[in-house]
Amino acid sequence: MAETICRALRDGAFEGEHAPALTIKDTIDTPLGSFVFNHILTQLTSNILAGKSQARGVVLVALSRPPSFYVELLKNKGFDVSSSSKWLRVLDCYSDPLGWKNKLLERGTVRNPYEETLLKTTLCKNLKELDKVLSSIIELGKEIVEEGKGRFAVAIDSVSEILRHSSLPSVARILSHLRSHDQVSCIFCLVHVDLHEAKVAATLEYLSTMHADVEPIVQRTNGQRNISEDLPMVEQSFKRGKFHVRFKRRNGRVRVMREELYVEGSGIKITEVSSEDGITAQSLVPKVQFNLDLSEKERLDRAKVVLPFEHQGTGKPIQIYDGRKSLNESENEEKQASVEKPQTTEDSGRGEIIYFRDSDDEMPDSDEDPDDDLDI
Amino acid sequence: MDNSRANLLEEAVGISKGGRVVVVEDCVETSGTFVLYHFLKRSLHPDSSDVVIFIAFSHPFSHYERILRKMGCNLTVHRKNHRFVFLDMLTLECPDRNGKETRQDGLLALYGEIEKAVEIYSSLEGSRTITIMIDDISLIEVAANGSSNHVLDFLHYCYTLKAKYGCSFVTLNHEDIYSSANMLPLILQPEYFADVIIKAEPLATGLASDVHGQLTVLNKGSVCDLGGSSSKVRNFHFRVKENIVDYFYPGTQT
Repeated sequence: MAETICRALRDGAFEGEHAPALTIKDTIDTPLGSFVFNHILTQLTSNILAGKSQARGVVLVALSRPPSFYVELLKNKGFDVSSSSKWLRVLDCYSDPLGWKNKLLERGTVRNPYEETLLKTTLCKNLKELDKVLSSIIELGKEIVEEGKGRFAVAIDSVSEILRHSSLPSVARILSHLRSHDQVSCIFCLVHVDLHEAKVAATLEYLSTMHADVEPIVQRTNGQRNISEDLPMVEQSFKRGKFHVRFKRRNGRVRVMREELYVEGSGIKITEVSSEDGITAQSLVPKVQFNLDLSEKERLDRAKVVLPFEHQGTGKPIQIYDGRKSLNESENEEKQASVEKPQTTEDSGRGEIIYFRDSDDEMPDSDEDPDDDLDI
Repeated sequence: MDNSRANLLEEAVGISKGGRVVVVEDCVETSGTFVLYHFLKRSLHPDSSDVVIFIAFSHPFSHYERILRKMGCNLTVHRKNHRFVFLDMLTLECPDRNGKETRQDGLLALYGEIEKAVEIYSSLEGSRTITIMIDDISLIEVAANGSSNHVLDFLHYCYTLKAKYGCSFVTLNHEDIYSSANMLPLILQPEYFADVIIKAEPLATGLASDVHGQLTVLNKGSVCDLGGSSSKVRNFHFRVKENIVDYFYPGTQT
């Protein structure tokens, strides 16, 4: 549930607990993870600006998109980018992650390789030294909260990029270090799981308290990459997907929520698993000449039908005939049997089944074998 | 007639103002190089002033010149007019003799050349889109001695030029050589970056004399507009002729 995620990130870390962390996972089949990331980033930003959140600002680690992309994003969502230095710092690991541009600048091959942006950015020129990255994240965060007890949020727009330059244990160490830092309010990051081995997704899942998974509406069979056969489905998967969220409570309970995700204009919309699905399911039933569905009236009529034995149990003793007479009844009936006959003719409209057992020789319904006394 | 058919690819790819990333993927059975030539010819159209920086790993200049001349586009003239920059990388090798550094240095030098060219052409007057074409990515990997991470780093740096200069990218890659799990990033990572993915595949039903294969175009919609809702997928057949390619929807060819 997207709102629950945003609320958890807004509320931040509890006293004596690690900061909540969210991992967003997607694959190339539904590459909508970055939309979810941007959605959560803007939600958190509006919470910060409204003063509702524990975090006072965001440190955005930009790895897969340039800072200018985020300027556009924030402008589109109606935030005042010129005053963003109060609540946003960008660690730009996109423009020059290996220092190549710096080298070319020193050699004089190029003159001005870096892009200027409105955001307050710090350039990271060596992504391989994760310790430096970590200390710059914390430094930038401290700049936002100034000297105080305030906390800041950390957003990493693609862990996949870091993992290309560093090993999994060192990335895990950085993440858990950030989570346990006493000035970090929350962390969220995006990872493209199909770029990595399965253990990467599992490791990140262990490190996070919330886990959002963007999956295709219909899973492709046997992992085929041949897309020419199901074009409509491929087209759909760029517009909508399943959004599964797993929350890990402190006591170890895991809550799973399923929603649907639509790309809408410049953002996304996350809805409950819609009734539209039911409608599509119905329309998938092949057209036949007879009626498979019920009309509204038929449905109401069906609800009114009293099922057999449904009237029982309303004060009267429950009577289910099993072939035997109960003791007290058998006494009464024997007396009445002769008397009752004439009465039945009088009120014949009552409808009654009178049954006399022919004799006691007739065996009541039972599992006993009726022939077991035969001496063969 | 032919003109409208050629537009099927144009229509599927769409027109975008800013730079964007087009990834062409082909396989052994069906070559996708003709899509590359199509984009090359389009960028060098006499009406525009766009510049193409062509990084060739697979063929020498004379090869491209011969093909493009048949399509009605003289590369030698464009080269003289500074609209076509040809970087011959056939002999690029980044041997791993002195550790990792050399391997990276070859690609770094290549990137330096690209960025230098981009910087020069974008500083000239007039608005022009600079298109960077790479033929093909799998051979960069060969040059980098099989280190896919170095190739991805190189591509990442190329993509950074999109943000600053609005460059477009057209790259060719072979999909079928990356079937094993540990090689997948080299095909998937560019797909994550791509705005348009074009796949050239053989027909599902087998070979036919008048149809040479099918193209599937996945247009994610421009990321610059921050909108993905315009994404669309198109599939059509093609027939490569001597100097033109016919595009048509399945079953419409008489």
